[in-house]
Amino acid sequence: MIIDLQRFLANGRPFWNELEKLLDRMEAEPNLPMPLAQLQLFHQLYERTAADLAKIATFASEPETRRYLENLVARAYGEIHETRAIQRRFFPLEWFFTTLPQTFRRHIRAFYLSLAITLAGCAFGGLAISFDPDSKTVLMPFSHLQQDPAKRVADEEKATHDRLADHKTTFSAELMTHNTKVSVFTLALGMTWGVGTTIMLFYNGVILGAVAADYIHAGQTKFLLGWLMPHGVIEIPAILIAGQAGLLLALALIGRGNRVPLRARLREISRDIVTLIFGVGLMLVWAGFIEAFLSQYHEPVIPYVAKIAFGVVELILLFLFYAKSGTGMVRKPKKSSA
Amino acid sequence: MKTSTLIIRTPEGIVFAQLLAGPVTRFFAWFIDQLCIQAAMTLVGFVITLVMVINSNFAMAFYVLAYFVVSIGYGIFFEWSWRGQTIGKRLFRLRVTDVEGMRLQFNQIVVRNLLRFVDALPVLYLVGGLTCWLNSKSQRLGDIAANTIVVHAPRITEPDLDQLLAGKFNSLRQFPHLAARLRQNVSAAEAGVALQALLRRDEFEPVARVELFTELAAHFRTKVDFPAEATDGVADEQYLRNVVDVIYRMNIHPAPAS
Repeated sequence: MIIDLQRFLANGRPFWNELEKLLDRMEAEPNLPMPLAQLQLFHQLYERTAADLAKIATFASEPETRRYLENLVARAYGEIHETRAIQRRFFPLEWFFTTLPQTFRRHIRAFYLSLAITLAGCAFGGLAISFDPDSKTVLMPFSHLQQDPAKRVADEEKATHDRLADHKTTFSAELMTHNTKVSVFTLALGMTWGVGTTIMLFYNGVILGAVAADYIHAGQTKFLLGWLMPHGVIEIPAILIAGQAGLLLALALIGRGNRVPLRARLREISRDIVTLIFGVGLMLVWAGFIEAFLSQYHEPVIPYVAKIAFGVVELILLFLFYAKSGTGMVRKPKKSSA
Repeated sequence: MKTSTLIIRTPEGIVFAQLLAGPVTRFFAWFIDQLCIQAAMTLVGFVITLVMVINSNFAMAFYVLAYFVVSIGYGIFFEWSWRGQTIGKRLFRLRVTDVEGMRLQFNQIVVRNLLRFVDALPVLYLVGGLTCWLNSKSQRLGDIAANTIVVHAPRITEPDLDQLLAGKFNSLRQFPHLAARLRQNVSAAEAGVALQALLRRDEFEPVARVELFTELAAHFRTKVDFPAEATDGVADEQYLRNVVDVIYRMNIHPAPAS
């Protein structure tokens, strides 16, 4: 049997147009509250259009109308069957003080793994420099890290002019964007089943361990702490959290011991990954600012003790923030969509 | 097996298809987006030149941050505001959608855009392009992580059959019993081919058009044998028009015999 296409179009068109209008409205204003009667009408129109689609797919080979109805049904289907929580209005303070630390704590094991990989890298870099100081050129391929620490400290402390005077803000912006790119890259490499993320974390650890060992062996521990701590206590944890997000992605991808399908596993962690990486972004903005405006100034301009104390305070606050913030908050039950 | 459509079956038993976009179309859309980003940065550059006069340090810092925000935020901003489309995607009628046909969420958009860092490796989205080419749903790594697909979103219009079928004398309708038998003998797929041939008749080369309608008319003549007075002097294209009219418009009374 072939349906009378013209009558079919004439009969269905008013319903399809009404559904289309409703969908346009819902798509333009996702948070628009709908009264029950309108919801019922929407569902009724969806069912009617879906039935028309089934009819035309079975009884008429008319691709244009079929595509038109498929498009309508696909859009309505997405609105009706969505069971994930409605994206409420974004509250920055609630997100910062509650969602971010809660998300971090929920995936603390991935953070520990990220930390362990970095520490392994640190140990490797430190030992390599201790046993073979000539390996510096290979381990730290950055010109400013190649010079003798004692000479660098002497130069910095003797400096009479501010070498960053004219481009402090630019330097700060470059640090923020560079470190954020590295962090996002560390996260994205989670798609290599975590291999790329592990390499990035390990390599960061190697450089950090090598620099630390180099300065400690040269007797410049105080300078090292004064130089690195003000920004490093934020920047290094930020990279670790980016690694945590990357490993989270990798673990969802691998899904060892988890019978949930891949798609559902990835869906489950998607929001947490975004939360973590936005947190990392904020941390790196702060770290970039501090590195350009504070870390690069040494004695006699700023006493090392003051810089180290500043770093310690930052570290304590960061620890308290991620360990305690939002602990008393009960998670609101998720609302389901129409 | 890799196909160009993704079939989604709803709990109501309705099946609908999403036409997947391949790596080449997506690459062109991406290229347009890159041009848009460069254009935006050129505009920012003009502003920066003015600010340079006042404070060059601040101007440069602003440019560095702006470039970073625009290059990363462009895709996120447009895909969120335009429900899965950027300027390039809109131009090529592509749209990012959820892999299960659900509503696209903000975190999905962020994840698929951040994972461009890996998809873009080593140059010109080679990793992403290869993954897209090999993946059964034409997904790059970012799409896999975010549970998204990129589909063709063609402009959907209802077919205008009135102009094609209505108001013309149809000699086949003089024989209602044969017309009914024709409706019975023709499958939906055959009817669809005939209808499409008529709807798209102006797209064919003249010779190809004549050949096509000759073949189609010959095919439909085998379905029901109409008497000579209904078919004599009727060109193949007109014969097919009459067939389609009989099939798709049932409740028309036969025209009075002349």
